[in-house]
Amino acid sequence: MRVTDTTADDPLVIAGETFGSRLIMGTGGAPSMRVLEEALTASGTELTTVAMRRVDPSARGSVLDVLGRCGIRVLPNTAGCFTAGEAVLTAKLAREALGTAWVKLEVIADEHTLLPDPIELVEAAEQLVDDGFTVLPYTNDDPVLARRLEQIGCAAVMPLGSPIGSGLGIRNPHNIELIVERAGVPVILDAGLGTASDAALAMELGCDAVLLATAVTRAQSPATMAAAMRHAVEAGRLARLAGRIPRRRLAQASSPWEGIGTGSDGVTSAE
Amino acid sequence: MRVTVNGRPRELPEGTTVAAVVAAVTEAAAGVAVAVNDEVVSRGAWDATTVRDLDRVEVLTAVQGG
Repeated sequence: MRVTDTTADDPLVIAGETFGSRLIMGTGGAPSMRVLEEALTASGTELTTVAMRRVDPSARGSVLDVLGRCGIRVLPNTAGCFTAGEAVLTAKLAREALGTAWVKLEVIADEHTLLPDPIELVEAAEQLVDDGFTVLPYTNDDPVLARRLEQIGCAAVMPLGSPIGSGLGIRNPHNIELIVERAGVPVILDAGLGTASDAALAMELGCDAVLLATAVTRAQSPATMAAAMRHAVEAGRLARLAGRIPRRRLAQASSPWEGIGTGSDGVTSAE
Repeated sequence: MRVTVNGRPRELPEGTTVAAVVAAVTEAAAGVAVAVNDEVVSRGAWDATTVRDLDRVEVLTAVQGG
């Protein structure tokens, strides 16, 4: 396997659409449109989420203008929906407003944890798939639920690393590996990442992409963190493709034992 | 008649179209979608669709999020 450039040789494919970047960004939390645009540009992302909300006549500038200037494809989400009915309506409004049938499906259980409600999530996913949507569900790090979502017809599964905005990273890497091993659709690590090493770990575990917002938008320097995430995703992907060494309990010398010139029998130490 | 637009009550004359309701809350021509009583009204139907007494109209657009 020859891999020299992740963006050129190894695209992310979701529902038949190809992306050079495996970093999907969110736009929430940025202090200004200018900072957001700088961060999105630095991230190299080609797919970025927005939320649907009541129009605000006093709003200055639109996130859609930023994405348009940057040439980034928009991925509407259903953030803030607590029931399948709310999420389905929000997805339909997004399709109407933005002209895309892609949706990041979020159906949360409560405001305290923002964890997905699996029952409502499956119900909403079924309805949206039946209606022709390309559904990318934000889900718990539950291999069984991820499998169900794939069987329903979701175009990807997006397990959380930890609660949205927590920056706690990947709390159950074993489950993420289990999801990756059994998935026939892209696995996108969505939520909870705090810094670049978290994104690299997600890719090393075999995820096909990561989706993050807060880790960048609320960093002290969003553009710098966005660049760090871009490199981390690429590094993690390359490490996954390269095939890491197995973990060992004890040392394995990387220098030869033969021909050591000190010691009477030629063997004293190696490093 | 009394219509709720984005959660706020409004007094509107009979025969007010969805297009007129949208124009009253936003100048944006693109990136906007409308639901009346939780049913999407497609853009092509805004001019031909009138709102009725006690209708709930939601006019949404994309904002930073996710």
